[in-house]
Amino acid sequence: MLEFVLFVMIIVVGTAGELCLGRAMRETGELERFRPGAAAGLLWRALRVKWIWIGIAMMTLAFFSLLLLLSFEDVSFVVPVSALSYFVGALGGMFFLGERVNRQRWMGIFLVCIGVTLVLIAK
Amino acid sequence: MNSRLHLKTYILIAIMVVAGPIGNLLIAKAMRQVGEVKLWPLSMLLPTFERVFGSLTIWLGIASLITFIVAYMLALSLADYSYVQPAAALGYGVVAVLGYFVLHESISPLRWAGIALICFGVAFIRNTHPRTTENPN
Repeated sequence: MLEFVLFVMIIVVGTAGELCLGRAMRETGELERFRPGAAAGLLWRALRVKWIWIGIAMMTLAFFSLLLLLSFEDVSFVVPVSALSYFVGALGGMFFLGERVNRQRWMGIFLVCIGVTLVLIAK
Repeated sequence: MNSRLHLKTYILIAIMVVAGPIGNLLIAKAMRQVGEVKLWPLSMLLPTFERVFGSLTIWLGIASLITFIVAYMLALSLADYSYVQPAAALGYGVVAVLGYFVLHESISPLRWAGIALICFGVAFIRNTHPRTTENPN
């Protein structure tokens, strides 16, 4: 049961944390010019958006869940975690960020999932 | 379509797929050099921290991972999450290519097949518009 909870935490909370970063960056604005100053200014402004802190908290929680799970499970659980996170990420992009994931992008995400699974089981 | 948006997004994704795996490799290497991490009894805590954070490798790893997360955030300012996240899987290809050419590791056919599928998948995603939402500003 604890394994399952940690498993879900890593996939759902970890991906949700990244989605929050995406939301924060979208609220902050676009990187207009490709200069270190412009990038630093954008990141500085992003720190004032609440979503960035929610995202960091969730990613931290997922990271410690990963460490805990690693302490009593062998690393094979990384395979389904990595593959599922792309699906969860695309769903989150659609429903949380309002992105339009068309059939072509779904096809790409599906291929990436299978590819990542093969890479990880081949190790 | 805005080609500058595409170019900036590609450059940031390229930084992510190089910096992320290199950071992970360096941290893994540093932790292997350290050996078993003992946090208990508490008297072991300080020596363990000194050993972990005393190595240059771990700091290079941390710097790479910071580069990765900064590039990730900047990429997300330009493109969709559902575009950037799967594209970052190209990092698996970078790891294999580095392993093959730099460390002369053997890469199994199954692993190359997986990398080929990731590349096909990213090619599909690349054909979609990087940003499908409106900029609130």
